[in-house]
Amino acid sequence: MSYLTAAGMTGGYGSVDILHDCNISVERGEIAVIVGPNGAGKSTAMKAVFGMLNIHTGSVVLDGEDITALSPQDRVAKGMAFVPQNNNVFPSMSVEQNLEMGAFLRRDDINSTMEEVFSLFPILKEKRKQNAGELSGGQRQQVAVGRALMTKPKLLMLDEPTAGVSPIVMDELFDLIIDIARTGLSILMVEQNARQALNIADKGYVLVQGRNRFTDTGQALMNDPEVRKSFLGG
Amino acid sequence: MEILNALALLSNYVFVPAIAYGSQLALGALGVTLVFGILRFSNFAHGDTMAFGTMVTILFTWWFQSMGINLGPLPTALLALPFGIAFCALFVLASDRLVYRFYRAKRADPVIYLIASVGVMFVTNGIVRFIIGPDDQNFADGERFIIKAREFKKMTGLSEGISIKVSQGITVVTMIIVVTALFWFLNKTRSGKSMRAYSDNEDLALLSGINPDRVVAITWIIAAALATIAGTLYGLDKSYKPFTYFQLLLPIFASAIVGGLGNPLGAIAGGFVIAFSEIMVTYAYKKFAAYMVPGDWKPDGLMQLLSTDYKFAVSFIILLLVLLVRPNGIFRGTGT
Amino acid sequence: MSALRNVGYFLIMATLIVLVGQFQSWNLALSILNLCLISAIMSLGVNMQWGYAGLFNVGVMGFAAMGGLAAMLISVPPVREAWSAGGIGVLMGVVALILTIVAAVATYRKLQAKRFGMIAVVLVCVVGYFIMRSLFDPATALIEKVNPASTGYLGGFGLPIIIAWPIGGIFAGAAAWVVGKITLGLRADYLAIATLGISEIIVAMLKNEDWMTRGVKNVVGLPRPVPYEIDLQNTQWFIDLATRLEMDPVTFSSIFVKLCYAALFTVVLLLVLYLSEKALRSPWGRMMRAIRDNEVSANAMGKDIKARHLQVFVLGSVVVGIAGAMLTTLDGQLTPASYQPLRFTFLIWVMVIVGGSGNNWGAVLGGFVIWFFWIEAEPLGTWLMEVLTSQMDAGSELKAHLMNSAQHMRLATMGLILLVTLRFSPRGLLPEKTGRAV
Repeated sequence: MSYLTAAGMTGGYGSVDILHDCNISVERGEIAVIVGPNGAGKSTAMKAVFGMLNIHTGSVVLDGEDITALSPQDRVAKGMAFVPQNNNVFPSMSVEQNLEMGAFLRRDDINSTMEEVFSLFPILKEKRKQNAGELSGGQRQQVAVGRALMTKPKLLMLDEPTAGVSPIVMDELFDLIIDIARTGLSILMVEQNARQALNIADKGYVLVQGRNRFTDTGQALMNDPEVRKSFLGG
Repeated sequence: MEILNALALLSNYVFVPAIAYGSQLALGALGVTLVFGILRFSNFAHGDTMAFGTMVTILFTWWFQSMGINLGPLPTALLALPFGIAFCALFVLASDRLVYRFYRAKRADPVIYLIASVGVMFVTNGIVRFIIGPDDQNFADGERFIIKAREFKKMTGLSEGISIKVSQGITVVTMIIVVTALFWFLNKTRSGKSMRAYSDNEDLALLSGINPDRVVAITWIIAAALATIAGTLYGLDKSYKPFTYFQLLLPIFASAIVGGLGNPLGAIAGGFVIAFSEIMVTYAYKKFAAYMVPGDWKPDGLMQLLSTDYKFAVSFIILLLVLLVRPNGIFRGTGT
Repeated sequence: MSALRNVGYFLIMATLIVLVGQFQSWNLALSILNLCLISAIMSLGVNMQWGYAGLFNVGVMGFAAMGGLAAMLISVPPVREAWSAGGIGVLMGVVALILTIVAAVATYRKLQAKRFGMIAVVLVCVVGYFIMRSLFDPATALIEKVNPASTGYLGGFGLPIIIAWPIGGIFAGAAAWVVGKITLGLRADYLAIATLGISEIIVAMLKNEDWMTRGVKNVVGLPRPVPYEIDLQNTQWFIDLATRLEMDPVTFSSIFVKLCYAALFTVVLLLVLYLSEKALRSPWGRMMRAIRDNEVSANAMGKDIKARHLQVFVLGSVVVGIAGAMLTTLDGQLTPASYQPLRFTFLIWVMVIVGGSGNNWGAVLGGFVIWFFWIEAEPLGTWLMEVLTSQMDAGSELKAHLMNSAQHMRLATMGLILLVTLRFSPRGLLPEKTGRAV
């Protein structure tokens, strides 16, 4: 059994189902990437895994424990962390306070975790006293990921972390994500930039209209002529 | 000498009262702005919450007075204040439990909260009038003045005196203590920071495991405390009449909006902007001008920009000006 | 089924009024009916703003007061001595005021983008204000000196008071336009607070500008649109009618006068109701509701939301102003101190919410129901208190306090009705046809 197994998820907002029998699993220390065309339900699938969306069929199992019925907050306590695509920092609070808020549920000493985050994102240490709202887009993403890491999660979920940043910053962010995965975390992310994302992915999911279309290793998907033609632009 | 007299005159009738009034408005506006920041609506019941908290304080003051307990030169109301705050907090928490929580769970439109707060205002108003009546109540005791005009004149030899009432002194001191404590709370404590986080980005606060019910409850307690303190200080300085507190809504809202809704620092600045404008615009400068202009010249009129009957117009005009020029307030608020 | 229920509500309401007539007095029943009619019109106006467009107007009192001002200004005869004493000064002051506003607006348009544009506008306003005051002050002082015990004001135009009803609407609409122009398009809170402010200022003006309204000295004895009781009692056909109905001519005369008012008010109510219904079902009404229910998509469809909101805000205020003028007509006097926000603003809101936001018939029903209970709650409350305190010692202080305070409980009761309706039946007694989630 994988570390995270979401099986047969069917559900959506209101009465209309967006996901149909969607399966996603992530192994320990692995990077899994969900790609697909616009409106394929990529972010929806991720939100379903995190419990921000009700699924009426299917289950989510984390580390052998069924968490289908838990609220997002309770899932945080179980070791999941989620970085939303937008509005993912506290703009009028300093970088340091953002990280502190990430560790809100922890009662133990958080300084060592904060040092770890700072060693991953050195720029944040420099700007620790600055308000997050005043940072550049790429730096803000780092704060957002850093905040999520403060709970010491086992599974980090990123919703389009590179949306709206420049190509150079995007490469930096991908490098950082690899670094994070090397520390033993599992990563599940949704990406618009399918090619780069699959490049670093251990496992890739191609979703179309809320259904699994292709599932394979990142490399295999990159080499699959059909995937290339339809989703990677040749 | 003439200029010193003019300054003393202005201090006595403009600066001192405006600082006291500004402190009261600032405390009131802080309550409004905190509730706005966390619950995202302008609480129309705030004026009547002030009236409620002050009423409880007055009742306890009377009780203490009847038992012969007092603070010597200081008003007994200070002793009763904690009880006023406690009861007011309970009342406000009950109103949240019975009214607002339901709409929070439904994520209702902000305007629905506004209407609900009008309903709460009605009920509070009725309860206050039922218990203490609609009339003026006097509850100030102890010394009346820190400095009397006569003593000031004797001390300085000026022909204009400055008098500072005890209530004014207490207002300013209390305001400074309360604001310091509030900012310490918001910036240094876990609960305070979680409030700011919740105000900044509600969804992310939830993702971080911040308990919204706790944040909301703390906010209401602080708002009740601020309202009771502001109301009691206003009542000591001027007088207590339930309807006056309803009318304070306008300058208080104006202060909060001028400073940027949701921004505590702005609320304080806004309170002083409104208080100084109100008092400066409605002050009659006749005597002041006579001092300032050499010779025996005296102006014919009162030299009053606006009659005090229109003091609310001052808040209103400043409010409109700010909305026209900087809809988010002088300091950026969360209200867009 | 729902149509039957709707008719049922109105029948119950009619029965209640008839019961009051039977058991208390017909005079009282008709007084209640007349105020019910006026309340219904006012809540129709507020319903346009809230129900059609979702605008929260907390200044109903001010717009009603504008109507009251119009009723007085139109109907009372001019005071010649006052006009000759300060009329020219006041007129010049008004001209100065208008010129100031024109100049300020022109400056704003021209220099809006410039750095010191706003300062220039403020400067223009300040200079204009001083010029205006220098013209106004001596003139108003002279006017207020003219026979202050009975006049001391300019008086009005001495026209039939019915004309004041539409004029009152225009007055209120003009005030609404100014507020709406500035605050619409911003957060709902800002509109609410600004309307609260303007209504306080309008009432302060009525209370303090003695040269115009006699302030708290009130203007009494406004001419009526209906006959006077004393004239009726001396008219042959009326005495004959009273004898035929076997009624005392004195009582009957006052009932007859109230019936005349009721007839006039009913005509206005039906007219407003007809036009409101017509508007609600027109493409304009559909668009208003579309904007209300989804501002984002309406915006995307290229609807100018702010302009539409301004339209409906002014229209609603016009209706409130008409009702305000009618109320002053019914009272026969302008008493600025009687404008209380709880009575004029918040009570109307309870009417709209309880009646059914967005439904014109609901607003009318709400006006009737709430006014009825507002009036009847007082004897009811006193009676309740008597029952509750019946065991207490007659001389007890607590009993005296409770009896005295019973009247304040109706405020709390109204608030409670508002909160309970909002929570458990947010769509009111008569829900809007196409519902929306609250």
